[in-house]
Amino acid sequence: MNYEPVIGLEVHAQLKTKSKIFCGCPTDFGGTPNDHVCPVCLGLPGVLPVLNRRTVEFAIRSGLALNCEIAEVTKFDRKNYFYPDLPKDYQISQFDEPVCRGGHLTIAGKKIRIHRAHLEEDAGKLVHAGAAGLHGSEYSLVDFNRCGVPLLEIVTEPDIESPEQARLYLTELRNILRYIDVCDGNLEEGSFRCDANVSVRPVGQKELGTKSEIKNMNSFKAVQRALQSEIERQIAVLEAGGRVVQETRLWNEATGTTFPMRSKEEAHDYRYFPEPDLVPIVIDRKWVEEIASTLPELPEQRRSRYVSQYELSPDDATVLAESKELSDFFDAALSIGTPAKAAANWLMGPTIGYLNENKLGFDSTKITPENLRDLTAAVEAGTISSTTAKQLLLEILASGGNIANLIAEKGLVQISDEKGLTEIASKILIDNASQLESYRAGKSKVRQFFFGEVMKATKGKANPQIVNKILDELLTQNT
Amino acid sequence: MATDSSTLIGKSVRELRALLTSGSVSAREILQDHIQHIERFDPELGAFNCLTTHLAYEQAEKIDALVKKREPLPALAGVPVAIKDNICVPGYPATCSSKILQNFVPPYSATVIERLGASGAIIIGKTNMDEFAMGSSTENSAFAPTHNPWNVKKVPGGSSGGSTVAVAAGFSTLSLGSDTGGSIRQPASFCGVVGMKPTYGVVSRFGLIAFASSLDQIGPLGREVEDVATCLQVISGHDKRDSTSLPFCLPTQSETLASGVKSMRIGIISELSGQGIDDDVRCSLKQAGETLQSLGAVVDEVSLPNSKHALSVYYLIATAEASANLSRYDGVKFGLRNQEADDILSMYFSSRSDGFGAEVKRRIMLGTYALSSGYYDAYYKKAQQVRRLIKQDFDRAFSQFDLLICPTSPTVAFELGAKTADPLQMYLSDIATIPANLAGIPGISIPCGFSQQRLPIGLQLLGPALADSKLLAAAYAFEKATQFHTVTAPVLTASAKH
Ligand SMILES: [Zn+2]
Repeated sequence: MNYEPVIGLEVHAQLKTKSKIFCGCPTDFGGTPNDHVCPVCLGLPGVLPVLNRRTVEFAIRSGLALNCEIAEVTKFDRKNYFYPDLPKDYQISQFDEPVCRGGHLTIAGKKIRIHRAHLEEDAGKLVHAGAAGLHGSEYSLVDFNRCGVPLLEIVTEPDIESPEQARLYLTELRNILRYIDVCDGNLEEGSFRCDANVSVRPVGQKELGTKSEIKNMNSFKAVQRALQSEIERQIAVLEAGGRVVQETRLWNEATGTTFPMRSKEEAHDYRYFPEPDLVPIVIDRKWVEEIASTLPELPEQRRSRYVSQYELSPDDATVLAESKELSDFFDAALSIGTPAKAAANWLMGPTIGYLNENKLGFDSTKITPENLRDLTAAVEAGTISSTTAKQLLLEILASGGNIANLIAEKGLVQISDEKGLTEIASKILIDNASQLESYRAGKSKVRQFFFGEVMKATKGKANPQIVNKILDELLTQNT
Repeated sequence: MATDSSTLIGKSVRELRALLTSGSVSAREILQDHIQHIERFDPELGAFNCLTTHLAYEQAEKIDALVKKREPLPALAGVPVAIKDNICVPGYPATCSSKILQNFVPPYSATVIERLGASGAIIIGKTNMDEFAMGSSTENSAFAPTHNPWNVKKVPGGSSGGSTVAVAAGFSTLSLGSDTGGSIRQPASFCGVVGMKPTYGVVSRFGLIAFASSLDQIGPLGREVEDVATCLQVISGHDKRDSTSLPFCLPTQSETLASGVKSMRIGIISELSGQGIDDDVRCSLKQAGETLQSLGAVVDEVSLPNSKHALSVYYLIATAEASANLSRYDGVKFGLRNQEADDILSMYFSSRSDGFGAEVKRRIMLGTYALSSGYYDAYYKKAQQVRRLIKQDFDRAFSQFDLLICPTSPTVAFELGAKTADPLQMYLSDIATIPANLAGIPGISIPCGFSQQRLPIGLQLLGPALADSKLLAAAYAFEKATQFHTVTAPVLTASAKH
């Protein structure tokens, strides 16, 4: 029998406000444990939460970017469960009146519907001694720095049809949140976390199969692998005549499999009820309009603009638009006259290569749009070779500078003087008589050797096209 | 020390101010006399969990320095104020009279404590209460019960029993209590003093250790309406640290207090004035109505048909909120932790089992149940719906009447131990006070007579939201006309007789 998976994703995106959602503590990652805390986020007796309005603004901003309806009135609720990383033993979250409902985003032509997005506070972090978890450890310590950091939980409808689609959705969602500047999307620091719900059903069947929830995936690749593994497991269970059990499973990166979480830990009745310490928030339509008017161009719009306006391929457009900083730079370089194709090539090739190699973000480079314009112009004019240009680009990315000055200072101007280059090439042929002989004997590869020698003699500055032309002439002449 | 120190006990805010301004006594002397009075009589009454002596002397010194420099004195200069032990005074334990918080010392100050400090009040001590404000007799304290100064065999009411006894016995001029279902007004009625629950949101809850957040309200207790009005003026006002605090300032009490009840329409709540009310209490209520009428008010009967549901609604909503508010006492971060527990679950179970008393456990279980999946709609949600109906009853009543009256409690103070075995009987003690909390409206209890056993009876006045000043004005007019406040518990004057 053929099966098809049905996948829904829940993302917890940390909103990059300066202070926490219900107190004034900083949201900075790390820091000395229990340094970014106060009586409010520690849940000491007698203190009260006060909503950071900025978090609502960020939620609205996200909702608008994801085509959601923004609630007229929204409220907070208490989600009750005991856990030592949760100081009040309830989490302030949103139950039945979230800020955002009913949106969608599009990946590769497929619409993924978004069920809702709501605000909540993050919990602290446990560190265990002698075991991986709370159970079996000798003792556990808790760091409340992360406690009260604002999160936006974004939940999809079960619209995702494959692990690959799940990865694309996450990439696009993270991209959007970065574009609108509400989340830095840093997976290592936990500012973008994902849980997945997955079930399988025979192709053609309408009703959904029993789902499992998968947690503990720390990269988009892990999400894709975990889903693949879980889909295969569920199909194997069904094929063997068994039944899938509704449960929470944890992904084990090392073994590449999911395993069930202890049932005791997931048996929760959260007993939601309205948070009486906070009042409902009326979201003024004017406020929503104001926020909408400040939304930047989103990745999807930008990609289609690149394709239609600059005739880039959809793949190139996707690569460029993946980072807002990089594509903002691309736009800036084009606006001062850099040719689109050349700019795209320099950015996608050597620049992204450099960033990946050094694990850097584009905003940490020193290059200016003028640099890229001058670089492409110099190559176009034949002033420098593309080999030289690449070296120059890497230098500019790392240290900055002025293209014209660097070319002059380092004497990088390309030699296109035909007479001079002919003299150099002739001398090389004479000095390397044995190589010339073997070339004539039919070893055409030796031609490369002569080319290399000419470049060596000119310290790489010879115009390669002209060198080729000269070599062609000299080698035919002497035959 | 003042020449005739004994006379400093039982003075009003106005009298203390005059003494201080004239230079005939110092704030330090006022404080010393009160501490002496407490040391002498509190062992028998048990009003205090601890005295805040060091802080009190510091505050008194500041006042004396002002007097010396002939600078203007703030509203409560030199006035000793006792604080219920669920309100945070930095550096002193805030125990809520619970074992689980016995060693909890808050590093921060409740907003009301900051405001009292800024107005020159002397914080004299932390007072006993029913554990986490759950109870109506102060017998649920994990430490010891508090006794009624009119008759030590009787309860003082609760949960703010300690704060109420502090003013009734002359240990302080004013005190702060908290009122979730009557915890200020019911003990005020049992001890013959004035106790007020302001409109929900008029006084900041920041620094009040929560029982039921949507019902809790801090309020003042005193021997005279004017003192209570002055105190409310000081502690009220918007606080950005409490999101439920109202952006509203009370009119200056001195301007409105004497406005009287002439041509006010006052409704006697029929459901809370007949069946189930002691004869003595009913009799006093009748006389109170006549007094108000003689002062120019128009008095008539009014019906609040849904008030009969108030008790059930209250015990679902208050316990539901409490079940979450009290979760944080889990042994992880502060308070009692059972050291023998060998894993997290047993640490939770044993710390909470050891740390909470029976009534608190009963309410946590009740509230947890009311919120549980499958029961939420039938209990918590239904209770919220009925709460709205109760509010609407009041809205209707206030469209016809300026104020409503009824007894504060169906009975006078009962014997210690009389109701501890029967929680439901204990709960009924708050039947007349709970509706105001559910509706968020202000209520005040003032002395309106005595039972045949010479125990005080309280009259409750209720007003629409934000009519706190009107309520105080009516109470003031009633007090002026009846003078019940001049009859005090024997211990108040014991120091003088000595
Ligand atoms: Zn904080």
